[in-house]
Amino acid sequence: MTATKQKRSMVRRAQFALEGALNMVFGNGLNPLYYLGALGFFFFWVVVISGAYIYAFYKTGIELSYPSVEYLTNEQWYFGGVMRSLHRYASDALVLVMALHLLREYIMGRYRGARWFAWFTGVLLIWLIFAAGINGYWMVWDKLAQFSTVSTVEWLDWLPIFSEPMSRSFVTQEVLNDRFFSLISFAHVTLPLFILFLLWVHIMRISKPVVNPSRGLATWMLLALLVLSLVEPALSQGPADMALEPTNLNIDWFYLFIYPLLDAWTAGQVWALVIGSTLLLAVLPWLPPRFKNIPVPEIHLNDCSGCRLCVADCPYEAVIMRPRSDGMHFAEEAVVIADRCVSCGICAGACPSSNPFRGEEDYMSGIEMPSITMSGLRTSLRSDLEKLSGRVRLLVVGCDNAVSVLQLQSASVAAISLPCIAMLPPSFIEFALHEHHVDGVLISGCRAGDCYHRLGVLWTEQRLAGKREPRLRSRAERKRIKLFWSVSLDIKELESELESFRASLTSNQTLTKVREER
Amino acid sequence: MPKPLQYMGQVLFYLLFVVVIGFFSTSPTYTHLPPDETLIKLSFSHAGQHVGACRERTPEELAKLPQYQRKVTTVCPRERSDVVVELELDGKKLYHVVMKPAGFSRSGNSNIYRRIPVKAGKHTLKARLKDHDGDDYNYVRDETVNLVAGRIMVIEFKAETGGFIFKNHAS
Repeated sequence: MTATKQKRSMVRRAQFALEGALNMVFGNGLNPLYYLGALGFFFFWVVVISGAYIYAFYKTGIELSYPSVEYLTNEQWYFGGVMRSLHRYASDALVLVMALHLLREYIMGRYRGARWFAWFTGVLLIWLIFAAGINGYWMVWDKLAQFSTVSTVEWLDWLPIFSEPMSRSFVTQEVLNDRFFSLISFAHVTLPLFILFLLWVHIMRISKPVVNPSRGLATWMLLALLVLSLVEPALSQGPADMALEPTNLNIDWFYLFIYPLLDAWTAGQVWALVIGSTLLLAVLPWLPPRFKNIPVPEIHLNDCSGCRLCVADCPYEAVIMRPRSDGMHFAEEAVVIADRCVSCGICAGACPSSNPFRGEEDYMSGIEMPSITMSGLRTSLRSDLEKLSGRVRLLVVGCDNAVSVLQLQSASVAAISLPCIAMLPPSFIEFALHEHHVDGVLISGCRAGDCYHRLGVLWTEQRLAGKREPRLRSRAERKRIKLFWSVSLDIKELESELESFRASLTSNQTLTKVREER
Repeated sequence: MPKPLQYMGQVLFYLLFVVVIGFFSTSPTYTHLPPDETLIKLSFSHAGQHVGACRERTPEELAKLPQYQRKVTTVCPRERSDVVVELELDGKKLYHVVMKPAGFSRSGNSNIYRRIPVKAGKHTLKARLKDHDGDDYNYVRDETVNLVAGRIMVIEFKAETGGFIFKNHAS
C-alpha cells in the first residue's frame, strides 16, 4: 500500500469512527454527518427567510444603512434582532457544513468519474456563497463593513483591469456614494438567486437528492441557532467612518478569514492562493491517481421490456427511457447516459430479466454490467456454492465500498462482492437458498443512510421487505436472510455478525427443516 | 446506547455546534492596525504634462482640415510624462513612486491609491511631485502634521488649487 493510500485509509477510519460515534448518539436517521448537503440547503433557507425579514427594514444609504440595522438590533431585538442573529449564524453554519460536506465527499472519493459534475458545480458554489456572505457584511456599514469593503476593493485594484483604482471612491466620507449601497443591496438579493440556481444545477444529475434533513435534525439545528441568537445576539461594531481606520475587529472567521491574510501578504499572493486553490479543487476529479472506470451498463433490447425499474432505481439519472427503436411491441426502451453513470450496477439489480432461474445458460439481462454479467454471476455463484461444506453453509454478499466480505471466504462460507449491494437481484438470494440449499444469506454493505452509491442500501432493504420491485418472493424465508450494514471498516465486526448469524441458524427450526428436505 | 446517554450526547453535540459557530463568528479579535499606528492614504489622479511642446498649426495645415476641425489651432503630442511622487517623513524617504500615464498611448491620467502605515505622533511631512520630463519637482508641500493613532490622513493632489492637499482632521 502506498503512503498516500495508507494515509487515506487512516483518514477514512477516523471518519468512520466519528460517524459511528454520532450514529450511537443520534441513530442513522438523525446523524448530522449523513445530512451535510441537506443541512446546507436547510441553512440556506433559514438565511433566505431571515434575510427577507431584515431586508424589509433595511435602508440603503451612507447615513441610513447603519441606523436601520441598529433599529432592528436594539429597538426590535425580540424579533428583528433575533432574525439578524439567525441570519448571521445560519450563514456561518452554511459555511461550516459546506466545508465538511466537501471534505467528506473528498475523503470518500465521491468526486471522480461521473461525479465530477456535482463536485465542479460545488466549487463554483463556494465562490458565490462567500461573495454573498461578505457582501452581507458590507450592508451593515459598521467598522467591520468598512474594513472588509476597503480591503476587498484594494485587493481587486491589484488586478490590471481598472484604469483608475476603485479604492479612491472609499478614501473619504465625501467621495463615498449612496449608489454603492444600492449596488450592494441589489447584489445581496441577486447572489442568493444565483446560488439557488447553482444548487439546482449541483444536484441535477442526482436522482432523489436529499435536500431536506430529517425533521428532527432540522428542528434541533434551528433551535440551537435560536438559542445562540438569544444568548449571543449579532451586533454591529460602531458606525463606519472613512476618516478612521478600524483597529481591533471582531471578525467572522467563517467568511472574513481572507482579510487578515491580505494584511500579512501582498494582494498578488492572496490572489494566487485563492485562484490556485479554486483551480486545484476544480480539477481534482481528473488528477492522479487515475480513476478506475468500470465499463458502464449495456442495454440488451431483446430482454428489455421498457419496465422503467432501472430508471426508478438509478441514483444518478443515468438511465432514461426513449421510444422503442427495435419494432418490438413495448412502448419504450432504456438508454444509458454514459457520462452520468458511476457503474454501480443498481440498474442491473433492478432488471426483472436478471433472474437466475432463467433456463438459458448464457442469458442476457435487459440492462447489464459488461464486467459482471448476471449469467456470469450465476455461474460463479453456482461454482462457489457447490464447493461449500460444513454443518452450516452460508453465502455472504457484500459491497466493494464497505468492509471486504471476500475475507470471510472459507469451506462453509461463499462470498461475493459487488460494486453496490443493490446490484444483487433479490432472486439471487432465493436462488442460493432454494436451488443450492445454503442455510443462510448474509447481505452486507455500506452503513445505513450512508451508501457509497447513495441508494443501494435503501433499495436493498425495500426489495427484501417486498416494498419495491423487484421484490424478494415470500418463499425465501426471512429468518435465513440477514442484513448487516457495517458501521466500520473493521472485518472483526462482520466476522462476529456472521458467527451470530450462524449460531441463530443452528438453533433455528427452519434449518432442521431444510436439512430434512436436503 | 441507553436513551439518557443518547440524549446527553445530543445535547453535547448541539452545544459544541453553537459554541463553534458563536465563537468563530466574532473571535478571536483581529488587530488590523496596531494602537500606536495610523495611515497615510495617498490618493489622486493627475495628468502629467505632454511630452514635447505644443505648437500652432500653420495656415496650410489648417486649410487641409475639414471646416469643423479648424477651430482647434494648437496641436500637442498625445503622450504624457510620468508623474513622480515622493513623500518624506521627518527627513526620511517614506514613499517614492513613478506613475505611468494610463492608456496604450500613455495619454491618460496617472492614478494612485496607496495606504502607508506610519507611527502616530507629530511629524514633518514633505510631499513632492513632478509631472514633466525635467529633474525638478514642480509641486512641493512641507508641513508639520499631528498624526493621531487610527485617524487616516489623506494626501490628495489638485494642480488647479496649487498642488498637494493634506486632509488631516486631527491637525
